[in-house]
Amino acid sequence: MQLIANSVKLSRTAKMGLLSRKASCNTHGQDSSYFLGWQEYEKNPFDEVHNPKGIIQMGLAENQLSFDLMESWLDKNPHAAGFKGSDGKSIFRQLALFQDYHGLPDFKKALVEFMSEIRGNKVTFDPNHLVLTAGATSANETLIFCLAEPGDAILIPTPYYPGFDRDLKWRTGVEIVPIQCTSSNDFQITKTALEEAYEEAYKRNLRVKGVLVTNPSNPLGTTMTRNELNLLVDFINTKGIHLISDEIYSGTVFCSPSFLSIMEILKDRNYHDGSEVWNRVHVVYSLSKDLGLPGFRVGAIYSPNDTVVAAATKMSSFGLVSSQTQYLLSALLGDKKFTKNYISKNQKRLKQQQRKLVLGLQKAGIRCLKSNAGLFCWVNMSHLLQFNTFEA
Amino acid sequence: RNIHKTQFSLLLLSHLELEMLSKKASQDSHGQDSSYFLGWQEYEKNPYHHVRNPSGIIQMGLAENQLSFDLLESWLQRNPHIVGLQRNGVCVFRGLALFQDYHGLPSFKNELVKLMAKIGENRVKFCPNKLVLTAGSTPANESLMFCLADPGEAFLLPTPYYPGFDRDLKWRTGVEIVPVHCSSSNGFRITASALEKAYQQAQQLNLNVKGILVTNPSNPLGTTMKKPELNHLINFAIAKKIHIISDEIYSGTVFGSPRFLSIMEAIIDKNLHHTDLWNRVHIVYSLSKDLGLPGFRIGMIYSNNQTVVAATTKMSSFGLISSQTQFLLSNILHDKKFTNEYMKENQKRLRKRKEMLVTGLKFSGIHCLKSNAGLFCWVDMRHLLKSITFESEKELWKTIVCEVGLNISPGSSCHSSEPGWFRICFANMSEDTLNVAMQRLKAFVSCEFNKRT
Repeated sequence: MQLIANSVKLSRTAKMGLLSRKASCNTHGQDSSYFLGWQEYEKNPFDEVHNPKGIIQMGLAENQLSFDLMESWLDKNPHAAGFKGSDGKSIFRQLALFQDYHGLPDFKKALVEFMSEIRGNKVTFDPNHLVLTAGATSANETLIFCLAEPGDAILIPTPYYPGFDRDLKWRTGVEIVPIQCTSSNDFQITKTALEEAYEEAYKRNLRVKGVLVTNPSNPLGTTMTRNELNLLVDFINTKGIHLISDEIYSGTVFCSPSFLSIMEILKDRNYHDGSEVWNRVHVVYSLSKDLGLPGFRVGAIYSPNDTVVAAATKMSSFGLVSSQTQYLLSALLGDKKFTKNYISKNQKRLKQQQRKLVLGLQKAGIRCLKSNAGLFCWVNMSHLLQFNTFEA
Repeated sequence: RNIHKTQFSLLLLSHLELEMLSKKASQDSHGQDSSYFLGWQEYEKNPYHHVRNPSGIIQMGLAENQLSFDLLESWLQRNPHIVGLQRNGVCVFRGLALFQDYHGLPSFKNELVKLMAKIGENRVKFCPNKLVLTAGSTPANESLMFCLADPGEAFLLPTPYYPGFDRDLKWRTGVEIVPVHCSSSNGFRITASALEKAYQQAQQLNLNVKGILVTNPSNPLGTTMKKPELNHLINFAIAKKIHIISDEIYSGTVFGSPRFLSIMEAIIDKNLHHTDLWNRVHIVYSLSKDLGLPGFRIGMIYSNNQTVVAATTKMSSFGLISSQTQFLLSNILHDKKFTNEYMKENQKRLRKRKEMLVTGLKFSGIHCLKSNAGLFCWVDMRHLLKSITFESEKELWKTIVCEVGLNISPGSSCHSSEPGWFRICFANMSEDTLNVAMQRLKAFVSCEFNKRT
């Protein structure tokens, strides 16, 4: 509705028709108060020494806790960033020319092994089913392009990452219909909520092509329970739709329950290659959160579905990972001693930091949702509201 | 490379599977010229190697610049600290690892606009805040389509053009391409009447034309656009009130006269930079061809239109350049002495190599379009066709790939309107390999000549 209203408004302006609808209404939907927070911070950023009264940025889901581990690895392994093979010979030329959208084989191998390690080696991944993309942003958009037509809908449990409104909808023309989750059961997905969302889509004349979940959840910081995951599998089975599991925070799980991937559930339920459901489950991963490398733009789609892999691979042309970066990270992740140590130390530090936040909030009489992952807490300040409204 | 690899998705999809996925995902291999794929497949099965496989197929279908890596390698050797992510003795790793601002690394954008200006002999100044970084020129072109046209609208493209455009500009955007036919009768230059004809054709097809995209210097022609051509373009864009996208990714490869003339310079020369048109002109650039770094995914959009800059900046989220790579290149380009020497030397080597190809072809009685840029020549093999048809061109092409052992690109894959032209690359192999290729061609042509006489 809003989109139509907006384009009507725009058609009255002098620039009518000069640009596409996508370009003209691109600021639409931005929550201006969300932007305000960013603006305020930029005007007056906190600095321990230079600006102790400034605004502290607590709105950025970044992992800055374990750079020292990586810096020391880089120190000990200068060849990786230095375009040198393990034999000391320069591979600059080969890397400079390497733009194969199938990705650097060594990197994909190291990445799937890393993904496996994060999942306690309970599942293994085939590098031939992994598609590299310039970040999870690109991965998510590409999957939507592959699975849905403009005007179709994807169901997403609330609350969800604000970026999805742009990443999944903007250029694809796909709609998001929320699966309402509430504090009454710690925001877990229920069968009822799934059904209601599906109904809602039907009422709006939208064809549902799939469900997208973030596990561990942003912004909740919780991992999905076996029960929830089973519900999801049952649901997509019944409706014959896709499931995208955005697992970019999977390496940040710092206490029990341990991370349960959708892939593990499929394995446990004996779904395998060739079964219908197997062809409709896709995982998105990234090194932006677990390794704290959002600037390096390393994302991936994992799909057992050959057709999706083939199409997504071609689409990755629109956002390939720099070969320079693929090489550096293939060496980093290929160092198993390093990755084991990193994963465990990083999780410990996240746990410590989360405890600090939870305790600090507790002291202020503020509670948060019990969480075991992520880079944030989902905090309950409803008792501080004047009224029980979003305006308040 | 990847365009070749995509051709073979002859996937058998069940009806159910077709419903499961989007049309974009399912129809992808539709319409692909399977014979074009043949060349790539043949090469992969039997790649030439001067020692291990001297009778293998020589790859001449890849527009890559492999001539000047030694210059970059020696810069890297002299600057190990940059590669080691150090600046002034400080480790910059942390800052880079976190840097995902879609406005791009300021120091990098500053260097890039200086480079773009240098390539145009500093007749135009570019501003970093009008530059949008993208992971290669592929997403740059696609983003511009998303911003300038709605699904079902059209862009005009002069033929012959880069085969990748069919996917990059149309696939996910839903935008159509209508060709502006250029012919050998005038060296494939764009004429006012060809533009008009294309526009009419679009009207007949009920397509709303939003703009024209030109590649200057041209791929596959290897020529730069001259003033008259640019003027036709400009007048046309003014008359029809449409956009101009100038893909200038080969601008640094210009190795002979006339010098490179950017669309921006042409517009300023005509005093049109204070008119509406100024807001409808956009440049695409990249370091894949000039610096030979396709693997590093460095592309960009330059536009005077603030709305386009704002929208494409946000869209660049879907394909940002790795900050590690932005940092490296910003330092390389900052070394002005190196950059200037590099560009000069690189152009010299390209010219020499091109002349080798031209001479070799002449030796076989084959002519090419006179060119002054690019990494390839546009070669006239019409006299070798059995009949002036595209079928005959395909036949000749198969023979050249499979029997002569040269993987070259047939003009039909570039939407050439005349059969018999081929694109042959010269910068992606050693001098020795090029010599071998020329000898094989000579042998083939002599054989053909003997057959006919």
